Amino acid sequence: MEKPLTKDFRPDGRALTLKEYRAVGGYEALAKTLKFMSPDDTLGAVQKANLKGRGGAGFPAGRKWDGVPDKDFLKSPRYVVIDADEMEPGTFKDRFLMENNPHQLIEGIILAAFAVQADFAIIFIRWEYREAQKRLRWAIGEAYGNDLLGPDILKSGFQLDLHVHVSAGRYICGESSALLESLEGKRAIPRSKTPRAVEAGLWGRPTVVNNVETMCNVPHIIKNGADWYLGLSVSDEPGTKIYGVSGKVKRPGAWELPLGITARELIEEHAGGMWDGHRLVAWQPGGASTDFLTPDLLDVKMDFGSMQTAGSRLGTGTVVVLDDKTCPVGVAHNLESFFARESCGWCTPCREGLPWTEKLLYALEHGQGKVGDIERLELHTHLLGPGKTYCALAPGAMEPLQSLLKLFRKDFEKHITEKGCPWR
Amino acid sequence: MAVIYVDNKSYEVETGNSLLTTCLSLGLNVPYFCWHPAMQSVGACRQCAVKHFHDEHDTRGRIVMACMSDTKDGMRISIDDPEVKQFRASVIEFLMANHPHDCPVCDEGGECHLQDMTVLTGHVRRTYRFPKRTYQNQNMGPFVNHELNRCIQCYRCVRFYREYAGGHDLDVFGIHDRIYFGRFTDGTLENEFSGNLVEICPTGVFTDKTARSHFTRKWDLQTAPSVCVHCSVGCNTIPGERYGTLRRIRNRFNYEVNGYFLCDRGRYGYEFVNRDSRLRYPLLKNVAGGYAGASLEKATHRLRDMLGMGAGVIGIGSPRASLETNYVLQRFVGPENFYDGHSIEDYRTTKLILDIVRAAEPPVATLHEVARCDAVFILGEDVANTAPIMALALRQSVRQKQYAFTDKLDVPRWNDGGVRQAGAFDTGPFHIATYNKTRLDDIATSVFRAAPADLARFGAAVADAIQKGAEEDQPSENDIDIRAAQVARDLMEAERPLIVFGSGSGEVSIIHSALAVTRNLMAMGKKPQIAPVPPHCNSLGLLSLTGQSIEQALERLYADEVKSLLIVENDLYRVLTVEEAECALDKAAGVVAFDHTSTKTSGAADVTLPVGSFAEASGTYINYEGRCQRFFRVMSPLPENTDPWRRLLDIAKIIIAEAEPASLDLSAKSRWTKLAELNTLDDIVDALVADYPELQAVKDCAPSAAFRIDGMQVARQPQRYSGRTSMLADQTVHEPKPPIDVDSPLNFSMEGYHGEPPAEIIPRFWAPHWNSVQSLNKFQAEVGGPIKNQTPGKRIIAPRRSVGIPEAPPLPEAFTSRTGEWLVVPLYEIFGSEELSVLSPPVRERSPKPYIAISPSDAKKLRLLQGAAVTVSLGDIAVSVEVRLSPDLADGLLGLPLGLPRIPFVHLPAWGTIATGPSPQEAS
Repeated sequence: MEKPLTKDFRPDGRALTLKEYRAVGGYEALAKTLKFMSPDDTLGAVQKANLKGRGGAGFPAGRKWDGVPDKDFLKSPRYVVIDADEMEPGTFKDRFLMENNPHQLIEGIILAAFAVQADFAIIFIRWEYREAQKRLRWAIGEAYGNDLLGPDILKSGFQLDLHVHVSAGRYICGESSALLESLEGKRAIPRSKTPRAVEAGLWGRPTVVNNVETMCNVPHIIKNGADWYLGLSVSDEPGTKIYGVSGKVKRPGAWELPLGITARELIEEHAGGMWDGHRLVAWQPGGASTDFLTPDLLDVKMDFGSMQTAGSRLGTGTVVVLDDKTCPVGVAHNLESFFARESCGWCTPCREGLPWTEKLLYALEHGQGKVGDIERLELHTHLLGPGKTYCALAPGAMEPLQSLLKLFRKDFEKHITEKGCPWR
Repeated sequence: MAVIYVDNKSYEVETGNSLLTTCLSLGLNVPYFCWHPAMQSVGACRQCAVKHFHDEHDTRGRIVMACMSDTKDGMRISIDDPEVKQFRASVIEFLMANHPHDCPVCDEGGECHLQDMTVLTGHVRRTYRFPKRTYQNQNMGPFVNHELNRCIQCYRCVRFYREYAGGHDLDVFGIHDRIYFGRFTDGTLENEFSGNLVEICPTGVFTDKTARSHFTRKWDLQTAPSVCVHCSVGCNTIPGERYGTLRRIRNRFNYEVNGYFLCDRGRYGYEFVNRDSRLRYPLLKNVAGGYAGASLEKATHRLRDMLGMGAGVIGIGSPRASLETNYVLQRFVGPENFYDGHSIEDYRTTKLILDIVRAAEPPVATLHEVARCDAVFILGEDVANTAPIMALALRQSVRQKQYAFTDKLDVPRWNDGGVRQAGAFDTGPFHIATYNKTRLDDIATSVFRAAPADLARFGAAVADAIQKGAEEDQPSENDIDIRAAQVARDLMEAERPLIVFGSGSGEVSIIHSALAVTRNLMAMGKKPQIAPVPPHCNSLGLLSLTGQSIEQALERLYADEVKSLLIVENDLYRVLTVEEAECALDKAAGVVAFDHTSTKTSGAADVTLPVGSFAEASGTYINYEGRCQRFFRVMSPLPENTDPWRRLLDIAKIIIAEAEPASLDLSAKSRWTKLAELNTLDDIVDALVADYPELQAVKDCAPSAAFRIDGMQVARQPQRYSGRTSMLADQTVHEPKPPIDVDSPLNFSMEGYHGEPPAEIIPRFWAPHWNSVQSLNKFQAEVGGPIKNQTPGKRIIAPRRSVGIPEAPPLPEAFTSRTGEWLVVPLYEIFGSEELSVLSPPVRERSPKPYIAISPSDAKKLRLLQGAAVTVSLGDIAVSVEVRLSPDLADGLLGLPLGLPRIPFVHLPAWGTIATGPSPQEAS
């Protein structure tokens, strides 16, 4: 089982230095690309590898890059922006990658920038990721000092500047257009769907926004070829994935595994199974904003397509398990209070609907629930659903709620009839 | 043309609009909040949801936001679909969850878009049971009241204030359901278009603070179509009256002029009408030099005695009086005795502007066209202070380049969020050449600052560069040539270049240079337009009637030829220096002032007769483009506030009726006899058009008094006007008969026509379901477009090509600064420089203290600090002012804000000196 993204991590948790990274073959892909490949070749390799974006939506990275228009159609500069504002509850995979091997990310960024002929790249990183920031800055310094960044990269004539921007921190910055607004110094509010960022993104110029994990895959694809990459997974979607598990399991953590393993394997083998005396009653495949699934779906492949079919989303691939000793209404309240707090306040259903949802769940948890509250919550899952709000935040917030309402309807009702939480 | 199906009914529609615009244009009631016809779509409120069906077999459909959907041929949508109806009601419920139920004490109540939309969606019962969110309000200065608890977060206010109007001090703060729209801290809203928030806000967050002090519901206001008197643009307005008090001014949409917006001077300057300084009865000077109030009859007889046989009478007109008033005065004294009421500097510049407007080569741009021109060159005029709403239109023009960019990306123009995000850095070109900073500098591609003479020279350099443009670019070392070449290049590359200039600098040479630029552009096959800025609301109207300047009037007065001097709606102290004005008033044996407000001139007159202000009179103004615009009396007529022209007619009537025929001068007798035959506004207009056939538009610009719809006049009072029978209960138990209006097709009653009259006589916007200003949608054929029933054809002074424009004088010498002397140039303040609006207390509050602008390096030489008290002397006139450092002002110049209270009139530009300390007069 190959683990290209994590195999070189040092066991002591220190970041690989440039020297160490080079010793394990780092920047070979870059040297090869700048010497022998054209931007189109690079793009072609990524397209052929069918690399799906690891930010949560699974949009093919190659197809995104291909949308960047020709230079004679749109003016320079053009940008590559890396979303390192990892704020999905339960998700910490990008931190894992940045802290342990920052050069791997930097190499991926340079390759992506070369493919789309970008002039400037920015890592938009979460404020709390102090260690990752420090390590990235150190690595970027090393890269500049060794002609891996700057005006003439590896004497190829290709130039790129890379900058770390520390985010002021909002969940909505995970929405790539809100991220761009924030980068421009504005309020982090999602942008209109047209024009696309690849045509007019940051400061109105062509911009590619990708997740950290996506970028980390690029050097390996270039170095080893698309065919190798297609063979890594155990699914028809290629590559490996950083999966994670949190909740009442024995060994919560994150592991690089072939894309398409099952949640059962993940939870039972890698996370060591449930705490003793705890039974898994539901699980989220990819972070807080994904639908809860029942235990009978633990054997479905965890890839983008299969999770969709199962009625949820792969999202970030970090599983959250819900056990029988935890109140599902409390879980819902916990999640919704997060989403209500993180709403950007732009569109009505999200801004007004999420706090209302949160208040209803709080009332249920604290014995103030009333008949009709569950129906109201159900109504909200429709009113805040896809297409009705400006971006995907509120629909994402409704996914866990609607599934919990469906799976644990009786428990919700008990909160009203018993005037309080039976788990307390 | 395309066909769309709405609830299975087919409609022929235009493409290129958002689905919301399309539906509203079809008259369909789709509720909305964040969308605004002038600001288009951002998709925030989610209120305009409709159901979109893939094709005729699709039964499930998908909810989409109409404002964020393109109108496509063959598309099928439903507004009445139960699911989408419920969704819209739920959006209202979300918005109402935190909205206070304070409609009865809310100033917006009764004309609230949120009320209208709530009723429209059918949401009636709130299920939200948790505490409502509350906010701290801010004191935002004298114009706008802030009550944020009512906010529904539609984001229109910040979009208008920041993106549309270029303001900086209003923003949105906070996140999730604690969004705050306000300033960083309490304080006056600085942007001069802040008053539009009152109409932009769909509910009662931003309300009119001036109206609040004498509040009246919309349904209790008597309104009539009017025209703003505070600058030369002539924005269309709807003033509202009750109990003899002018309560407020609202915007009256005019597609070609002001569109949806007004400036704060226009919106809040009206309070002068309600002031104690109004003249309410005639005043007579007695032998001792004091004044006594008198009856109209007595005053008229005194006036008759003064006029004697009618010889030796001269009249001075006014650029703030209507065309009709000036015309009647001219007929009253005889054309050879009628003089212009501008200062001599304004006369010279404005006369030239009128010639240019009449020649119509190049044509004058409407404000609608100004906002759509794709390159701008402003030469010498501080538009933001002299014609503020034009500055707002100019501010939109830089978006043409933005649209060109986003068109390429297939971003629909109605997608305002998308266009602004993508094209934020693709704006312009916009070039400004003025002698001081302007509030348009922030959008300028280039800014050139120089003394007036150098501005004229710069304009000439641009004109030269355009001519040379065809040849190879001569690389020049000279900074001015490089700058001029850039301006020339941008103008040449544009499809609709616009040159803006005006009378503000007092320099005729600048106007000639601007004209040279346009002529050279035309010679190169371009189609430029111009936007000239005359000084006052009826400057072009007054000058259309007269050829004689006030200087010539002075000469006659000095020659002791004048027995009596008639001054109508003019304060000579604002157009002549104190010395000149006093001399003129002393020389005339008798001085008669007609005005609505007491002025220094009326204070010196032997007879002062009160007349109606714009709100108590009807007439016509001619704006900067030569557009004749009729305004109608808003307040019910009273003897003391009769139309100024009617006052003059009445006097003529009394003289003719009472005087011994033999005692009158022959020509005076014939003039007065003719005037005595005129009774109504239409009579005057007919006479005027007969004398000035080129002003035919004055007659065509509005329906005559005989106009009726279904046999009815248009009602000035709305159908829901309350208290009609009890309003005067303290004075009479009878309900008095409404006054008759012989001058217009409007009446002073709630009985009359209430539908959609011709655009020129719409007294208010109101429609079933739509009580707020948004009801305007219902009056437009296409939402955002012109009003239905607009009189076809242009209402412009007919171009008289035979009128030659005077030859340009030789270019002035380049400016050289002098030692010990400074060239004092006029500055203007939106709040303060205009005569009438500054009498309005809220506007006065915003006007600056008298100051002199000086460059920091000159100030350093003189060891002057910001705020220091200094005296500026121009000849005999000494002005005490504070120093204001102005880094944009060229060395060697001083900027004096003309028209500010406590700054006497001086002829500018002129050389003067500056000394520390207050003036000798003031010190003594």
